[in-house]
Amino acid sequence: MPSNAFLGVFAKSPIKPIEEHIKIVHKASSTLVPFFNHVFKSEWTEAETLRLEIRNLEREADVLKREVRLHLPRGLFMPVERTDLLELITQQDKIANKAKDIAGRVVGREMVIPQPIQNDFIAYLERCVDATKQASKAINEFDELLETGFRGREVTLVESMLEKLDSIEQDTDEMQIKIRQELRAIEGELNPVDVMFLYKIIEWVGELADIAERVGSRLELMLAR
Amino acid sequence: MDIIANYGSMLILIAAAVGFFMAYGIGANDVANAMGTSVGSKALTIKQAIIIAMIFEFAGAYLAGGEVTSTIRKGIIDAAPFADIPELMVLGMISALFAAGSWLLLASLLGWPVSTTHSIIGAIIGFALVAVGSEAIQWGKVAGIVGSWVVTPAISGFIAYLIFMSAQKLIFDTDSPLQNAKRYVPIYMGLAGFVMSLVTIKKGLKHIGINLGAVEGYALAIGIAVVVGIIGKIAINRLKMDPKADKQMQFNNVEKVFAILMVLTACCMAFAHGSNDVANAIGPLAAVVNIVEHNGEIAKKAALAWWILPLGGIGIVVGLAVLGKKVIKTIGEGITHLTPSRGFAAELAAASTVVIASGTGLPISTTQTLVGAVLGVGMARGIAALNMGVIRNIVVSWVITLPVGAALAIVIFYILRTAFGV
Repeated sequence: MPSNAFLGVFAKSPIKPIEEHIKIVHKASSTLVPFFNHVFKSEWTEAETLRLEIRNLEREADVLKREVRLHLPRGLFMPVERTDLLELITQQDKIANKAKDIAGRVVGREMVIPQPIQNDFIAYLERCVDATKQASKAINEFDELLETGFRGREVTLVESMLEKLDSIEQDTDEMQIKIRQELRAIEGELNPVDVMFLYKIIEWVGELADIAERVGSRLELMLAR
Repeated sequence: MDIIANYGSMLILIAAAVGFFMAYGIGANDVANAMGTSVGSKALTIKQAIIIAMIFEFAGAYLAGGEVTSTIRKGIIDAAPFADIPELMVLGMISALFAAGSWLLLASLLGWPVSTTHSIIGAIIGFALVAVGSEAIQWGKVAGIVGSWVVTPAISGFIAYLIFMSAQKLIFDTDSPLQNAKRYVPIYMGLAGFVMSLVTIKKGLKHIGINLGAVEGYALAIGIAVVVGIIGKIAINRLKMDPKADKQMQFNNVEKVFAILMVLTACCMAFAHGSNDVANAIGPLAAVVNIVEHNGEIAKKAALAWWILPLGGIGIVVGLAVLGKKVIKTIGEGITHLTPSRGFAAELAAASTVVIASGTGLPISTTQTLVGAVLGVGMARGIAALNMGVIRNIVVSWVITLPVGAALAIVIFYILRTAFGV
């Protein structure tokens, strides 16, 4: 029992930690852009440094995720469902995990991205990072959503952000198709094992945008209460 | 009968001392409820909160506390069965004060939430049952009071919901929240001033000998409302706004405007609390004084002695000045996300409900009313997270307090009877 019982009625808000978390996971995914620029030039030491940075960000995110989970006991009365919040942070966390996996796999095999597809690849990656950025923007409106009681103008604003997120994700789908076709055109000249791993990396990068879109969907579900 | 003649002054002194002790406990215990939301949302510093509480708790107790004091003095127990044994009524009231006061002290030491109102009423019913029997208790009135304990949190919750929704519609959910905030907040302030003044004028002042006619009363209330609104407007215009504070919605600046409103509602809450809870300390004292000064005659229609309300008021003020600071200090990180716009809705609703209850002479629990109001805002999806477990504990402790208060009062009553040989 806190020193004053009435004030114990107010529980710690999970919103700030969730907003912090999405910022960190977005940072992890956006670090992939300078990472791949080093990979293109086969600068493996620099790439390794950035891989470690991404790994550290992923660990920071895990700490925050745990904190949020610990402070969400049952029996809290909130404007959104507790399970929705827990699901949201789980999804958000997957972005950092995926970024870490991508960097790890590329450095581990010292993967070379074939010169012909490099430009399209970096554009594709940047578009996927745009998706995580948009997700971060939307989640950071959580505070404002609470201010307005989850109704009215703010909801309309967030919904338009989520629509934009959807369209970014659609862009990345198209770009992924294009890259795969380009790779297919030149795969005969490349080591088959390397090619399979390349396809995997292309898939994983696409998943960054997919997960970001799922984060947006979770937020949309919460608004729909 | 002879006890009253022989020990009359001593009995009054004992009752006054215990009453003061009880008021002290009320001040120390409850001040955090009244001022906690204001300090937690950073609308006030601890020092400012204490000063405001001191001024307005006393004002509320003195200007508006008379009606509830009357209820506790003569509204719960029927005087008739005590006609031949007025000394038992005197001893009983003193026991009730002792019992409620000690329960309050114990609970504060252990950190349990206890309603001072429930304690004193339980204690009074306790000794009356033992002294005379159940015919001494005006069960109809008691049922009404207990009913109000259930109803008032619901009412304040509903009012809080409405106030919050109105703020959303008028200010938050608009194209220019900041401008609308500057426009409408003075109106909210005027409204708060109006409700507080009107109830005080119509119901409270007559107990301190000021009688105003109906028209004058309304006029004064409206006058005060306008003055308050104007002061609010001036204070808002002096605020330094950070134009780049938020990208689109300017909510941080809006909250600054609401912080001014919260200062006012904190005053209202302190006032309301003083008006309703002072009776818990001095109601029984008033009964004792009444009987002793009429030499054992329990007169139904007697006025309050002039020094009783001030005594209670001072007791509350001393209590909150001495102990309240410590209690408020521990609030600190407790309320992380309570913004002034939520705090104001809850406090204004609670303060209005309490002050209206004081006006109708109903002794209610201010904490309960506040919790109801906070839940009302939570229902409107306005608050990030509320601990239902804590609320459940609060409700449980309220239910327990009635029988515990009664039991303690009975024990002390028997002790006093033996001591005075009655």
